[in-house]
Amino acid sequence: MIQHDIVIIGGGPAGLAAAAAAKKGGADDILILERDGVLGGILNQCIHNGFGLHTFKEELTGPEYASRFIKIVKELGIPYQLNSMVIDINKEKEITVVSRENGLQVIKAKSIILAMGCRERPRGALNIPGYRPAGIYTAGTAQRLVNIEGHMVGKEVVILGSGDIGLIMARRMTLEGAKVKVVAELMPYSGGLKRNIVQCLDDFGIPLKLSHTVVNIEGKGRVTGITLAEVGPDRKPIPGTEEHYSCDTLLLSCGLIPENELTRNMGVSMNPVTSGPMVNDRLETDTEGVFACGNVLHVHDLVDYVSEEAALAGQNAAKYILYGASKTSGNGADAPRCSADAGICTGGSNGGTESSSAGACVAIRAENGVRYTVPQSLDPAAMAEKITVRFRVADVYKDRSICVYYDGKLISKKKKRVLAPGEMEQVVILKSSLAEYPDLKEITIRTEEES
Amino acid sequence: MEVRELTCIGCPLGCSLTVTMEWDKTGEGTDGVPVITVTGNTCPRGEAYARKEVTDPTRIVTSSVTVTGGTIAKASVKTASDIPKGKIFACMEEIRNVSVAAPVHIGDVVIENCAGTGVAVVVTKDVELA
Amino acid sequence: MENAKSDVLIIGGGVIGCSIARELSKYQCRTILLEKDEDVCSGTSKANSAIVHAGYDAKTGSLKAKLNVQGNLMMEPLAKELDFDFKRNASMVLCFDKEDMPALQALYERGVANGVPGLKIISGEEARQMEPNLSDEVVSALYAPTGGIVCPFGLTIALAENAFENGVEFFFNTKVLEIVKNENGYLVKTNRGDFETTYIVNAAGVYADEFHNMVSEKKIHITPRRGDYCLLDKEAGNHVSATIFQLPGKYGKGILVTPTVHGNLLVGPTAIDQEDKDGTATTAEGLAEACEKATKSVKNVPFRQVITSFAGLRAHEDNNEFVLGEPEDAEGFFDAAGIESPGLSCAPAMGLYLAEMVAEKGKFEKKADFKATRKGIVKAAELSREERAALIKEKPEYGTIICRCENISEGEIVDAITRPLGARSLDGIKRRVRQGMGRCQAGFCTPRTMEILSRETGIPMEQICKNSNGSEMIRG
Repeated sequence: MIQHDIVIIGGGPAGLAAAAAAKKGGADDILILERDGVLGGILNQCIHNGFGLHTFKEELTGPEYASRFIKIVKELGIPYQLNSMVIDINKEKEITVVSRENGLQVIKAKSIILAMGCRERPRGALNIPGYRPAGIYTAGTAQRLVNIEGHMVGKEVVILGSGDIGLIMARRMTLEGAKVKVVAELMPYSGGLKRNIVQCLDDFGIPLKLSHTVVNIEGKGRVTGITLAEVGPDRKPIPGTEEHYSCDTLLLSCGLIPENELTRNMGVSMNPVTSGPMVNDRLETDTEGVFACGNVLHVHDLVDYVSEEAALAGQNAAKYILYGASKTSGNGADAPRCSADAGICTGGSNGGTESSSAGACVAIRAENGVRYTVPQSLDPAAMAEKITVRFRVADVYKDRSICVYYDGKLISKKKKRVLAPGEMEQVVILKSSLAEYPDLKEITIRTEEES
Repeated sequence: MEVRELTCIGCPLGCSLTVTMEWDKTGEGTDGVPVITVTGNTCPRGEAYARKEVTDPTRIVTSSVTVTGGTIAKASVKTASDIPKGKIFACMEEIRNVSVAAPVHIGDVVIENCAGTGVAVVVTKDVELA
Repeated sequence: MENAKSDVLIIGGGVIGCSIARELSKYQCRTILLEKDEDVCSGTSKANSAIVHAGYDAKTGSLKAKLNVQGNLMMEPLAKELDFDFKRNASMVLCFDKEDMPALQALYERGVANGVPGLKIISGEEARQMEPNLSDEVVSALYAPTGGIVCPFGLTIALAENAFENGVEFFFNTKVLEIVKNENGYLVKTNRGDFETTYIVNAAGVYADEFHNMVSEKKIHITPRRGDYCLLDKEAGNHVSATIFQLPGKYGKGILVTPTVHGNLLVGPTAIDQEDKDGTATTAEGLAEACEKATKSVKNVPFRQVITSFAGLRAHEDNNEFVLGEPEDAEGFFDAAGIESPGLSCAPAMGLYLAEMVAEKGKFEKKADFKATRKGIVKAAELSREERAALIKEKPEYGTIICRCENISEGEIVDAITRPLGARSLDGIKRRVRQGMGRCQAGFCTPRTMEILSRETGIPMEQICKNSNGSEMIRG
């Protein structure tokens, strides 16, 4: 059987950053498995600019951002295998991979970094009634056809969902000569960045209809039109508000779903809110030596944060290889491990299931408008000097504070003028701040209204 | 006098900005430069954005050009810097007519002076020979 | 159409038309099959419950009852012969009210009289022991161990391929416009020219009344009865193991909940009578009704895991019976009309029944060289690791995974396109190998599959269709 110290599943932005960090962290024997024919993942089709402001302090396009990491990976001499589809990972960290060049291989890894990314929610999952003609695409599929294959998918377009890919595609289709008639959004707020609403819709006079959805799709061969309707607070269509649009294309930008089939099959505990695995402060799942990062862990808003998070996973995988599981803490072999599922033990709004293995580990709990946190637990003894806890909020909130509590005691409070589900938020937890709380059980992160 | 409504893109707050431009106010702005007042902003970035947006709105244009003989059909491109907003479609028209032969690499210039803006269009993705 | 003179001309490439074609291909006669769409299995056969009924529903002594029980028996050996997916998963008819027990008992007795083997009336408790997710309200159930599930695409395509291999000629995108009786039989006018034939088999699904009424004064009328369905992710596929029916009411068999032969969970159908013969649009009300009624039978159906919804049309004839054979006033014209549930279950037996009828009329002799078996497309993901490794070594295209969700390789897609009667559309590929049928619903694999279809067939990308002409994927 082929053996490697670290196998990284996915050669997109997360996998590349994780690989580079693992190598720099001292791991030598790394392999990246990528299902596509090129490295870079979805960035290859994101030809718009706006990437890298945090990482490189300049605005790059997706392919440029990817190329910087690909260059690093190549310079570090990290091996990668393209066109290689992982079809199974088992508890023993044996990875079954299928490819044209190498046939069916089983690779035994000491450590695995999950970096498979996410997929788009399709029409079927939205349960939009009507016909099933050609011309209904998820925004990302259309983006690939237009930007990589050079095929225009349609001329008259309606877009459902105001996620960033939908907004970007509204502009892209317009620039390529299509007429984008409307962007409809089920929620009363957009899921995309303000910048994209202004530069992708307002610049071209494309209307954005909030609290609207598609209630019918017409066309037996190709889409010929759709019906929009306003929705009430219950997100159900309001009779009498129907409005018909003729179009030949319906693009869907209605959410992303982490691709965790492999993760689930290997028995890793999952978080039902993120649809990603539960992880501790090392981004390690409850299967020892298996780490996760990027959109497979939780859907990010900016690729810069993916790279940052993935680098952490890579560093920790390298430490795992170099020092072994029990010593990642630096406290010697007897230090209790902080299992990733410990965070679940408190259950509650962080999307937990039953579990009780707590050890010396602190659960991180999401509450009152904070939908989830990543990580869901931390190990005060073993943690880095500081860790970044990322999360999203449940609704658009104005003038709220993000509050951090240690076992019910308010530790920090940061006022935010606005919070929106479309944007990831974060708080930083310093190791030093935990020193006074030797018996800490739980860190709570919540929003609170300004009084 | 002209009044324009803008949405600030400086942060997620998205302040609604009202921009008033006056050309003939007692000797000021008489040579075609208006006096600009911005309201609705809640921070200085909002004002700066609004001033730029009403006097000299610019955008970076990203698109793709046809590649012949490459591993994929299209190479992505961008304007090397931002160009006047009003030139976006003229720029697209020129980009649409460009075809290059593989290989191409990031930074390769495919149009030297796009739509008379003086700005080049450069490749943003390596496309190797098939 | 040159030399298009046949002994038998079959209108319709659904499961019935293809079954008859395959049975006729055992005889020495020239058989032509006309299909208005680009592929077989494009109408009612592609969108139904995919159930092989045990045979207790139809009135004892009726042809429906006889063909159902016989078809059910034939399905298993046929699945082996023609290599398609079929599973005997058993079925249950649920009774929710003690007052309805006599009706359940009557169903049991009818089933026994129809010759359905193994039927049992079981208590609610027993039913829940077998199917833990059944509703607490179930008081009793009819258990039918011979109930089954089948891949309707697999069955229809297998029949068609085998018929083709035995000499039946298929014409696609060929729509019958007019049928004229003449001295030797019939002249069939289509959008692609005229066909001369001695006999006609009318297996045109919801359109069968139109063709029947062109040649006969004994008019029939078919109502397309629409049924909306929801299909759930394979993760939900084990929610029930048997096919769960509700005690039949006025509008057919009610809502069923069943695993599919590929491991998804299927919920539906509703029953809405309409005029439009290709009106396969679902409605919000229909989908909601299907889901709501399903919860009467089965608890906690995970509707969040719906991956697609669709509607199918049953060809409901006003007299509620299959219309089979020659009308009195149209000699040589054989109907297979009004084929609604349990039509799929009856298909093998009905093919045999009608083919024998036609062959007798035409005095056709059996062929000596009929090839009864057909090999399906290799399912690489279902092979053992060793077999799969060997396959990729021999044919590397089986190592390139195109459809991630269903784990379908380029080799399988190429086979679907290049085999006899191969796919010419994305739906054609999907129905042969399940590419794009998984949870992402072809989001990732659509561009690659379009490229492969274009490469293998020479159809330009701009003309690649989802299914029939007019469903082009690209519009530039």
